[in-house]
Amino acid sequence: MSSISEREAEIISEFELFGEDWEARYEYLIDMGKDLPSIAPELKTEERIIQGCQSLVWLNSTYADNKMHFTADSDAIITKGMVALMIRVLTDQTPEEIVKAPLTFIDQIGLREHLSPNRANGLVSMITRMKTDSAAALIEHKN
Amino acid sequence: MDTKEIEAIRAQFPILKRMVNKMPLVYFDNGATVQKPEQVIRSMSQFYEQTNSNIHRGVHTLSRESTILFEQARETVARHFCVANAQQLIFTAGTTDSINMVAQGLAKNWLRSGDEIILSTYEHHSNILPWQVWAEENGGHLKVIPLLSDQSMDYEAFEKLLSPATRLIAVTHVSNTLGLQTDVSRIRKAALQLNIPFLLDGAQSAPHMKVDLTELAPDFFVCSGHKMYGPTGTGILYLSERWLRELPAVRTGGGTIKTVSFEKTDYVEGALRFEPGTPNIAGVIGFAAALDFLNTIGMDKIAAHEQQLVRLAQQLLGQLDEVEIYGRSENKAAVISFNVGKQHPFDVGTLLDKFGIAVRTGHHCTQPLMASLNIPGTVRATFAAYNTEQEVDFFVMKLKRVIEMLR
Repeated sequence: MSSISEREAEIISEFELFGEDWEARYEYLIDMGKDLPSIAPELKTEERIIQGCQSLVWLNSTYADNKMHFTADSDAIITKGMVALMIRVLTDQTPEEIVKAPLTFIDQIGLREHLSPNRANGLVSMITRMKTDSAAALIEHKN
Repeated sequence: MDTKEIEAIRAQFPILKRMVNKMPLVYFDNGATVQKPEQVIRSMSQFYEQTNSNIHRGVHTLSRESTILFEQARETVARHFCVANAQQLIFTAGTTDSINMVAQGLAKNWLRSGDEIILSTYEHHSNILPWQVWAEENGGHLKVIPLLSDQSMDYEAFEKLLSPATRLIAVTHVSNTLGLQTDVSRIRKAALQLNIPFLLDGAQSAPHMKVDLTELAPDFFVCSGHKMYGPTGTGILYLSERWLRELPAVRTGGGTIKTVSFEKTDYVEGALRFEPGTPNIAGVIGFAAALDFLNTIGMDKIAAHEQQLVRLAQQLLGQLDEVEIYGRSENKAAVISFNVGKQHPFDVGTLLDKFGIAVRTGHHCTQPLMASLNIPGTVRATFAAYNTEQEVDFFVMKLKRVIEMLR
């Protein structure tokens, strides 16, 4: 089982292949969005919607055996690609690791613009939700 | 306008030299806010450098000069909108501010429980929420004019909505999402017959066409300075002679009074009654400079140029199978709203931005309209005087690439 930073490094090396070619980078992101399975319609509830996105994002977090498991979906394909990246890095990791992960890889793969405080963009809110869900699990299952 | 004229206009906009994502900026988000020409930017810095002082107060030279500039700006606005009495033009923070002033004012002496207000389906949220708040707090009702299948307003349905309970009609002059124009004469005719005041929201008409308020003769007209090449935080509330006298001012304070005692205050007449406190003096001066800029070119010329761009955009986008255009019309303001197949507007807008093209995506603050079209949002391109046919060509070319990338 690879760690968060190992998975980040893997993604960084994949994106390095594209160099300055942003079109290729986005096409890759779009493909990842297409490959991420949609979540079940019954999971697309109001509570699972992440606020602050122009596109809708649903995040389903579950906890078992000291691991967080994430599935998610979006109605916009680029957003879904970003969602797929986050899941790839954070799913099946321990809540402790998730809470303290700095997640610097987004900056390093040239997708920094998705971290702006623009209301159109839900990535920051999604990361926050993944971390708060992990923190909640941590507190709940402490003993 | 020929290429030379447009180049001369473009040269006046410092921001148009900017590169975005290593590409020359193509700014098609003019419906949200328009870029500012040098003379607007300069007029404001000049004011702060040479004249800055408060207005309508001091006996000193600077105060006298800034008061003159401020009141000259009011005259400039009055001339621009063909209004003889400049006092009918009140400076506000923008369209939203203006509508709220009318709604809260009318709530004091005109609107009563059980009254009905008529709006259209394609209103901006700014012309829905102030009325909705009044209706919820006072037992009033909003009646909504439906749209026909081509998204134009259904005037026959409008006429059927009129009732003895109708107390106000508040409609937009041009739809910010679709660019379609409202037939104001038809609205006015009904309003006059039944003696109902009507408010015209000019936020999206005033930047694109000649607006003659003497001819349109609304009771209230509102618009934003920043959509007309002026600074943000400026706007206009026009009141007919009647409402200049009768609309209660909802904000009071310094500068609005003749005499004040703790027992009773006598207010001034005219525009100043609605402008308490220190106004956005530099902004108002910048707004007047923007109107000078527009009138040097001529509104009719700008309208004709923008019409050409819209027609070209409609024609080129119409050739793309995947593209659906909303509110298609040969006679509309410089707004084009569309979707690409089932693709989310966010994806299209994000990729266009990578090519340096700024468009608006989403519901454009018209969620009821989006609901009536049964879509979550659109991609919207809006044009201004400085946009070119080459930019429209480039935009359509890059949109094709975006469609490929998302396929």
